[in-house]
Amino acid sequence: MSEERAGGGLIIFGTFIIGLVLSQIPMPDMLIWARPAWVVLVLIYWVMALPHRIGVGSAFLLGLVMDLVRGSVLGLNALSMTIIAFLVLILYKRMRMFPLWQQSSLILVLIGINQLLFHWMQGITGTTSDSLLFLLPAAISALVWPWLFLLLRSVRRVFRIA
Amino acid sequence: MSAVSSQNRRSVIKTIFRGGAPRALFVVLILFAVLLIISDLNWSKMREGRAWMSLVVTPLQWLVDLPSRAADNLSGVLVSRTTLLSDNERLRTEALQLERKVQQNASLMAENIRLRELLDAGQRVDEPVRLVELIGVNPDPFQHEVIINHGSEDNVYDGQPVLDAGGVMGQVVSLSHYTARVMLITDARAAIPVEVNRNGFRAIALGKGVLGELELEHVPDTADVREGDLLVTSGLGGRFPRGYPVGTVSEVVRDPGQQFVQVRAQPSARLDKSRHLLLVGDKPRLKEIPAEVASE
Repeated sequence: MSEERAGGGLIIFGTFIIGLVLSQIPMPDMLIWARPAWVVLVLIYWVMALPHRIGVGSAFLLGLVMDLVRGSVLGLNALSMTIIAFLVLILYKRMRMFPLWQQSSLILVLIGINQLLFHWMQGITGTTSDSLLFLLPAAISALVWPWLFLLLRSVRRVFRIA
Repeated sequence: MSAVSSQNRRSVIKTIFRGGAPRALFVVLILFAVLLIISDLNWSKMREGRAWMSLVVTPLQWLVDLPSRAADNLSGVLVSRTTLLSDNERLRTEALQLERKVQQNASLMAENIRLRELLDAGQRVDEPVRLVELIGVNPDPFQHEVIINHGSEDNVYDGQPVLDAGGVMGQVVSLSHYTARVMLITDARAAIPVEVNRNGFRAIALGKGVLGELELEHVPDTADVREGDLLVTSGLGGRFPRGYPVGTVSEVVRDPGQQFVQVRAQPSARLDKSRHLLLVGDKPRLKEIPAEVASE
């Protein structure tokens, strides 16, 4: 049992790393706004699937790493991702029952909250923005969610992570 | 067998019934995050801690850069002979032209030194320059930042100017041990003291957060600034050395109703395309800002 857990931990860690890399890979200028919030999506999946293992603590650490990678003020991503993980911990029983499209619309709201929190705090700490384009990733994330969900679920089943 | 199934059942039961979000932990983490934000903003010691923590993500930054580096190598291998030959030809003519310019440069420099001696002015020193490579771009559209493959271990320092072949790119704003972040001049937080090359009129060029656009601030209505003017660094402020091209004036709007003229400029560095950058200088030009200047 303990061995299986450690292995599963590595797989989960791997998916987070892939998410981080995807969130950093350079994109053409046209698509710069259309990048899904990969790390938050992966986080939401794991909190939803394994709420007893991945919770606000992991979200906080992941947010710190995200802050370091993005070069934003230390704690910004940590704060917004902790809040998102907490919301998912409240919602996960309902989310598991939802069909995929309904999950997607919830993802739209969750990622929207994440983006709003992040840019609201970024505004307070100095980097200003006046366009609403930063909400676009929420819509794109909602479109990506069904595929990501199916992919991660098959990963979880193949490696029997529980 | 029965042990396994009972364990499974236990884990299922745990999954179902260990509900309830951990409120206490949540509140503690939120407070901790807020504390981190406040200390990162107000406490300069955090920069060192941040540099250490950034060591953790350095491999990640290399990993992100891996595909584009591999693609670069591949296109280097797969280039055809004719392209190589024509490239070679073009580079040779370019080198010849540059050499001709340098010949003139030597005599001009000698003349400059002679004239400066006549005027009793200080000598201008040639700055040492180092070639570095770009390994990452900040994906946040609000922050124009790139990551380079040199850090404090390579004697990069905070505020070091960064150029490319065309002109000024920006300055180093945050350091880790093996990487550094460079804020481009078009970032919304960036400002750089410039002068018009034609007549020496001084101004400050602000980034607008839009790639390929700078704006000159507080230019009076009577100032002699025209479209096509070259803006070079003025060397004021002590961050950037004097005389490097920053941009060309692309638009001058004189509105009688406004107090100042709107002057827009286009950066001469290829901010979104250059992969090889130049770090200028080997030590901070101004150790400390004098107290009376800092207080103003």
